[in-house]
Amino acid sequence: MSILTDRIRAANAAGRKAVIPYLPAGFPDRERFWDELTALDAAGADIIEIGVPFSDPVADGPVVEQASLECLEKGACLSWILTELARRKGDFKAGLVLMGYYNPFLQYGLERLGRDCAAAGVSGLIIPDLPLEEAQPATAALTGTGVDVICLVGLNTPVERLKLYAEKARGFVYFVSVLGTTGVRESLPEEVLAKLDEVRPLFNVPLALGFGIARPEQVSPFGDRIDAVVIGSALIKHIREGKGAGSFMEDWRPAGK
Amino acid sequence: MQKGYFGKFGGMFVPELLMPPLLEIEEAMNTIVPSEAFQAEFHSILEDYVGRPSALYRCPNLSKKLGFDLWLKREDLNHTGAHKINNAIGQGLLCRHMGKSVLLAETGAGMHGVATATAAAMLNLECVVYMGATDVVRQSHNVRRMNLLGATVVPIDSGTQTLKDAINAALRRWIADQRTTHYCFGTAAGPHPFPTLVREFQSVISREAKAQMLKKAGRLPDYVVACVGGGSNAIGAFNEFIPHEEVKLIGVEAAGTGEPGCHHSAPLNLGTAGVLHGAMSMLLQTPEGQIEPSHSIAPGLDYPGVGPEHAGLQDCGRAHYGTINDTQAYNAFHTLCRSEGIIPALESSHAVAWVLENAASIPKGSQVLVCLSGRGDKDLGIIEEYEKNKKI
Ligand SMILES: Cc1ncc(COP(=O)(O)O)c(C=O)c1O
Repeated sequence: MSILTDRIRAANAAGRKAVIPYLPAGFPDRERFWDELTALDAAGADIIEIGVPFSDPVADGPVVEQASLECLEKGACLSWILTELARRKGDFKAGLVLMGYYNPFLQYGLERLGRDCAAAGVSGLIIPDLPLEEAQPATAALTGTGVDVICLVGLNTPVERLKLYAEKARGFVYFVSVLGTTGVRESLPEEVLAKLDEVRPLFNVPLALGFGIARPEQVSPFGDRIDAVVIGSALIKHIREGKGAGSFMEDWRPAGK
Repeated sequence: MQKGYFGKFGGMFVPELLMPPLLEIEEAMNTIVPSEAFQAEFHSILEDYVGRPSALYRCPNLSKKLGFDLWLKREDLNHTGAHKINNAIGQGLLCRHMGKSVLLAETGAGMHGVATATAAAMLNLECVVYMGATDVVRQSHNVRRMNLLGATVVPIDSGTQTLKDAINAALRRWIADQRTTHYCFGTAAGPHPFPTLVREFQSVISREAKAQMLKKAGRLPDYVVACVGGGSNAIGAFNEFIPHEEVKLIGVEAAGTGEPGCHHSAPLNLGTAGVLHGAMSMLLQTPEGQIEPSHSIAPGLDYPGVGPEHAGLQDCGRAHYGTINDTQAYNAFHTLCRSEGIIPALESSHAVAWVLENAASIPKGSQVLVCLSGRGDKDLGIIEEYEKNKKI
């Protein structure tokens, strides 16, 4: 079974939702990024999503976009991320996932990407601009490497498409909670609840809810409909306020839980 | 062939959240657009409002000098002054047929923004235009036009603050507002079905030009030449001639200053294959796949990507793509002004310049058709600035 599925199921077995923080590679700078990553891991992140910066991130709101552009200026690129991760292989308890747009992965070379991700201990890729129709070359190149392509679905994904995604889903399914881009929202749309009831039974893999989430109260209404939570922009803001990633995790994983 | 592909180029590289609205447009393109009712409405607006068919004009003075017949397809004479209106009217009508009330557009030079604002006013739709903050300053005259037409212009401060960032921002807005909003993409690029939809509406250029050439010259042209930004006027000018193998199709990209190491806007000539704004096409990018900034004296050509059908036409050898630099375009601008009394857009000046620069290799007696995609009134500020900097 996928390491990612494993991590989420283990958290659920312990009676809690898996916590998946997102941090752009190279944020807040190239050295401190590794300290924050280590802190997230030590504070009990189940999976960590590492953002691969891209010049034109269409699925992201201003907070992630800004952070991503800063990281690019500081020289964070895919080969740097994979080389540094390979050096630290085995250091992290958390499962590792790269979240990035298709073009940098494509230019890196999909076969090479599969090999180097495996060597770096990366278990999955989230590629927000790679829908069903275009995913075949990536999934073909990654077959047998132990690296899963994680699918994203949302409030407007019709049931026929959900079924097609469900057939191929590996690791977990990422449910986008808003019809919009990344970025903290005060509250999540009411339709999420009903849509989760439709989506959940179709998938054999666990379901992670992401986009717009800042605080645990926002996700408590979803109960067992979700297995994991992804938090991105809120963590970036927290770090920008001069606070560490470790203290951010306290809200999500109170000591002893 | 896979849906929405031109050879290995094209596709739908967008977030899943944009797939339903794109598939909705695809469905409308295949069912509503071919219907008699839609076609009748579209063509009556083109005739009575846009002023079509646009003239085909043989340049008497330049033809004499060059030794071959130079024909201009006068898209500059359209209402709002460029070919962009053909597409804006088509998509505006489609928006209404799909039951949506807002037209969303990106714009670089402002010509597509003005065309969309015009179509929206005429069709009783709301209009929101995203424009890079740099372009808002460079093309302030067009911002005022859009405001007069009732559109909301949103300046975009992120990234390079130009067209590519306006497209990113418009795509984001569309994710959120897809239920009420149609994204009126301005060129034959972006995810499927936009390259095909925009070609459909711009092909009126070559349908008319073909009939006009047969009538006036008695035969098809030997060359069809058009500038390529995203590629909409070029694909519109090429489309009807593609099956006629004897007609040479020439797209003209902007080489910028032409100096080594300087930014340009010539992805077909100098770029590599990659994915931007929803399509696999040729791109200006670093080896790591980050998009590089572009440059051209013509704001409408200043884009690091290009429509996937042009990448496909280049790949299979059916069309050829040349480059023209800022100075050559500037010279052609003046040549057309003085020789024929026509002030062309700087974008279109690239197409004219290709003919002037390559005149020696064009056989005497040839019929050369140039798509004059727009008029140059919008560019007078740029020309003035250019002359000041070059001390002309
Ligand atoms: C007059 C004119 N010609 C050409 C272009 C380039 O666009 P395309 O390549 O889509 O025709 C523009 C874009 O703004 C324009 O305004």
